[in-house]
Amino acid sequence: MFYRESGQLKTSYQEDQALLSITQDRIGLLLILIGAFVLIPLLASDYWFTAILIPFLVFSLAALGLNLLTGYAGQLSLGTAAFMAVGAFAAYNFELRVPGLPVLVSFILAGITTAIVGIAFGIPSLRIRGFYLAVATLAAQFFIPWLLVKVGWFTNYSSSGVITTQPVEIFGYVFDSPVERYLLVLAIVSVLALLAKNLVRSNIGRAWMAVRDMDVAAEVIGIKIMRTKLIAFGVSSFYCGVAGALYAYVYLGSVEPDGFNLDLSFRILFMVIIGGIGSIMGSFFGAAFITLLPIFLDIIINDGAALLNLKLAAGITSVMQLLVFGGLIIFFLIVEPLGLARLWQITKEKLRLWPFPH
Amino acid sequence: MEFFLEVLIGGLLAGVMYSLVALGFVLIYKASGVFNFAQGAMVFFAALTFVGAQEKLGLSLWAALAFSLLLMILLGVLTEKIVLRPLVNQPPISLFMVTIGLTFFVEGLAQLMWGTKVYPLELGIPDEPVATTIESLGLSATNLPTVLQEINSFDLIAAIVAGVLVAGLAIFFQITKIGRALRAVADDHQAALSIGIPLKSIWAIVWSVAGFVALVAGLMWGARNGVQFALTFVALKALPVLILGGFDSVMGAIVGGLIIGALEKLAEVYIGPFFGGGIEIWFAYVAALLFLLIRPEGLFGDKQIDRV
Amino acid sequence: MTENILNVNKVSLSFGGVAALKNVSFQVEEHKILAIIGPNGAGKSSLLNVVNGVYKPQKGQVIFKGKTWKNVVPYEAARSGIARTFQNIALFKGMSVLDNILTGRNLKMRAGLLSQAIYLGKCQREETNHRKAVEQIIDFLQIQHIRKTPVGRLPYGLQKRVELARALAAEPELLLLDEPMAGMNVEEKEDMSRFILDVNEEYGTSVILIEHDMGVVMDISDKVVVLDYGKKIGEGTPEEIRNNQEVIDAYLGVAR
Repeated sequence: MFYRESGQLKTSYQEDQALLSITQDRIGLLLILIGAFVLIPLLASDYWFTAILIPFLVFSLAALGLNLLTGYAGQLSLGTAAFMAVGAFAAYNFELRVPGLPVLVSFILAGITTAIVGIAFGIPSLRIRGFYLAVATLAAQFFIPWLLVKVGWFTNYSSSGVITTQPVEIFGYVFDSPVERYLLVLAIVSVLALLAKNLVRSNIGRAWMAVRDMDVAAEVIGIKIMRTKLIAFGVSSFYCGVAGALYAYVYLGSVEPDGFNLDLSFRILFMVIIGGIGSIMGSFFGAAFITLLPIFLDIIINDGAALLNLKLAAGITSVMQLLVFGGLIIFFLIVEPLGLARLWQITKEKLRLWPFPH
Repeated sequence: MEFFLEVLIGGLLAGVMYSLVALGFVLIYKASGVFNFAQGAMVFFAALTFVGAQEKLGLSLWAALAFSLLLMILLGVLTEKIVLRPLVNQPPISLFMVTIGLTFFVEGLAQLMWGTKVYPLELGIPDEPVATTIESLGLSATNLPTVLQEINSFDLIAAIVAGVLVAGLAIFFQITKIGRALRAVADDHQAALSIGIPLKSIWAIVWSVAGFVALVAGLMWGARNGVQFALTFVALKALPVLILGGFDSVMGAIVGGLIIGALEKLAEVYIGPFFGGGIEIWFAYVAALLFLLIRPEGLFGDKQIDRV
Repeated sequence: MTENILNVNKVSLSFGGVAALKNVSFQVEEHKILAIIGPNGAGKSSLLNVVNGVYKPQKGQVIFKGKTWKNVVPYEAARSGIARTFQNIALFKGMSVLDNILTGRNLKMRAGLLSQAIYLGKCQREETNHRKAVEQIIDFLQIQHIRKTPVGRLPYGLQKRVELARALAAEPELLLLDEPMAGMNVEEKEDMSRFILDVNEEYGTSVILIEHDMGVVMDISDKVVVLDYGKKIGEGTPEEIRNNQEVIDAYLGVAR
C-alpha cells in the first residue's frame, strides 16, 4: 500500500533508468544516509564503532569486490584475503616511501596496485572455468602472504612481519577517534558502492553478467571475453585492495601477512553467498550478518551456559561458529540461493500490497 | 645423485598421501559431477572419530575402525541426501560452494563430538628408516642399496596401502555390477536413469566409498602428523593434484599426487634456499596453475568440446 | 546483379576424424533470405558456426563483404556485422529482457570504465540513446509487456523472440538464425516468419535460416541449400528444390 510505484509515471527513458526510480526508494535511501552519517555518530558507543560498525563497513567493501567478480562476472575466487593483503601492504609502502603522500591517494594507489595483481592472477580464468579457477586462486591465497613475509622490504624489515600503519591524516586533520574513523570509512564505502552500482547497470555490468550466464553467446554478440573477465578481476581487486587498506589503517591499525589467510577469504565468500550473489546491497547484508553472528553466538553460548550452570569446553565458540556458518551456507544455497537480498526483494513486493490481501 | 634420488623418493612417497585424498575427490566427481571441497574435512572427521572413539568411548582399535567406517558411511549418505540431492541440476559453481559450507560444518561437527585437542594416532607402524625396521625383524639390510635403506618404513607402508586401495577400487569398479552402473552414471546421468540404474543408491554407494577412502587417508595422515585441525590444510593439497591429473581420472589422482609430491620436495630442496624456504606452502598451487595454462583438462582428463 | 554478401568457398570441417562438413560452397546475396535444410546431423549448425567464427574450418574460405577471413573469432564476426540466434536458446538467464537486448548493442557503446562508474554525463546519455534504439526493436517484435521480466521466466516462444531482438539490436548486415521456429505452434511460427520477412525488407538485412518446417522455408526464402551428411546435395529456389530428385531421396530415403 505505502510502498508502490503506481501514479509515478515516467516520461523519459532517463527517468526509467534512474538508480532509484521510485519516490519511496529515494526517501528510504535518504533516511539510511541520515541515520548512518548523523544519528549513529551521535548515538553509538566506541565499542560499537570499533567492534561492529567499522569492521562491518570494511567487510562490506571486500564482499562487494568479491561480489562483482563472483556474483556479476561469475568467476569464483578463494583468494580475496590475499588481495586485501596486497592493498594493505601497498598502502603502507606508499605512505612509507613517498613522504607527504595524502593517505586517500595511497588508498587509491593501493587499489590500483591490487587491481594489477588481481589481473595477473585472473589470467588463468581465460582458459579455465568454475572450480578449476577457484583452485587456481588458491595459488594467490598461499603465494601472496608468503611473499609478503619473505621479502622484508614489504614489511619494512619488521622482524615479526607485523606492520603498524601510519596515522590517517587528511588535509592536516588526523582521523583518530572511533567516530572519526567510522565516518571516514563510511564516506569511502558509500562512494565506492555508488560507483559499483553504476558499473553493474552500464555496459560493462551487462557484459559481466552475459559472460557469467553464457560465455559462448556473449562472444557471438561481440563481447570480448578476455577483456571482460580481466576487467572484472581488476575492478574486483581494486575494491578488495581498498578494503584491505582500510582493514589495516582504519580497523586494526597493525596487521601481519598471515592475518590475511584462507579463513578470511572464506568468510568474505560467505558474506557474498548469504547476502546475495549478484547484488550490491546483498554484500552489505551479508557483511552485517557475518560480522554480527559470532557476537550473537558468543553471547548466546556464554549466557546459555551461565544460565544452565554448564562448564564450557575450550574453544566451543569457534566450533559452534564453524557449525553455524557451514550450516547457514548449505541452508541458503539450497533454500534461497540469492540470499538475504532476495528476501528483501520479496519483502518489498509484499509491501506493495500490505496491509491489503490483494 | 644419491641425494637427489633420496629427495625424489621421499617426495614420491609423500605424494602417495596426496593421492589418497585426491582419490576421494575423483570418485565423487566422476559419479555426480560434484567437486567435493569437503573431502579434506571428511578426512579430518574420519581420523578424529577413529582416535576419539578409542579415547572417549574406550573402544578397541578394531571396534573404533568399524565405528568410524560406519559413521563415515552415514555422513556420506546423509550429505548426499540432505545437501546435494536438493541441488541437482544447479550450476556446478553452486554445488562447489555448498561443499565449502559442508567443509565448515563437518569440521565443526567433528570437533563438537570429539573436542578440539590434538590427538596422537598410533597404528603401530614404525616411523624409521627401512634398514632399522628390517634389522629389528632380525634380518640384514646390508645388501639393499643405500637409497632404499634410507626410505622411511611408514612412507613405504602408506604407499603399499594406497596401492592396495587403488587396486581394490579399480577391481570393484571394473568387475562388479555396481561398478558398471557407476561408470554408466558417470557418463550420462539421464541415460543411466532411463535404463533403470538406481541413481540414488549409486550415489549413496559412491559417497560411502568416498567416506571409506577418507578414513584410510585420515588414518595414514593422522598417524604421520597427529590428528589436528591442520589436517584439513594438508588435504587442500589434493586440489593441485587434481588439476594436474584431471578431476575425473583415478589414474590422474595417483600420478598427479606422485608428481606434486616429488616436485614439491625437489623444489623445496633445490629452489627453496634461494627464496628463504617455505615454498612448500604455495609451490604445488603455482605449479598446477602454470600447468593449467598449458593443458586445462589435466593429464588424464577428458577434453571438453563446446557445443552451441 | 546483386552483390554477394557472403561467399562460403569449399569449406571442410572435421572433429577428430569425424567429418562434419565436406567441401561445402554457397553464396548469400545481399538483402536475400537463404534457407539451409537437411536431416538432423547434416552439419547445418556447424556451417553457421563456421560462418561466425565459432569453429575454424580445416579447408576452404569464408568471404564476408569481400574480405577473406583468416583465423576469425566470433568477436570479429560480430564486429563486422554478423549476428545470430542459437538452436538451444542462448539468452542470459539472470538478466531482464531489456538488459539482454541492450547487451546486443555492446559493440556500439563507447563510454570508458571510469565514465561508466561515474555514470552521469556521457554514460547516461549513451545509455538513454541505446535504450531508444532498443525500444524500437521491442516495439517491432511486440514484446513491450515483458521488457522488465527476467528472461528465465518467459515461455519458450517469447524467449526465441527476445533472442531475435538481441541479435537485431546489433543492427547486423547478416543474420544467422538457427531453427528460430523449432518447438513453436502455428501461430507463433506465423509471427516469427513475419518478423523475419519484415527485418529483411525494412532493414535490408540478409538472412541465413536453418529450419525444418518446409512450409515456412518454401514461403519465406529466396534460395535454399540442402545438406546431407556434411555435403551439399542441392541448391536453388524453393521451387527447384521441391523438384530435385536427390533432395527427395535424401529426405524420404531410397531403396539402393
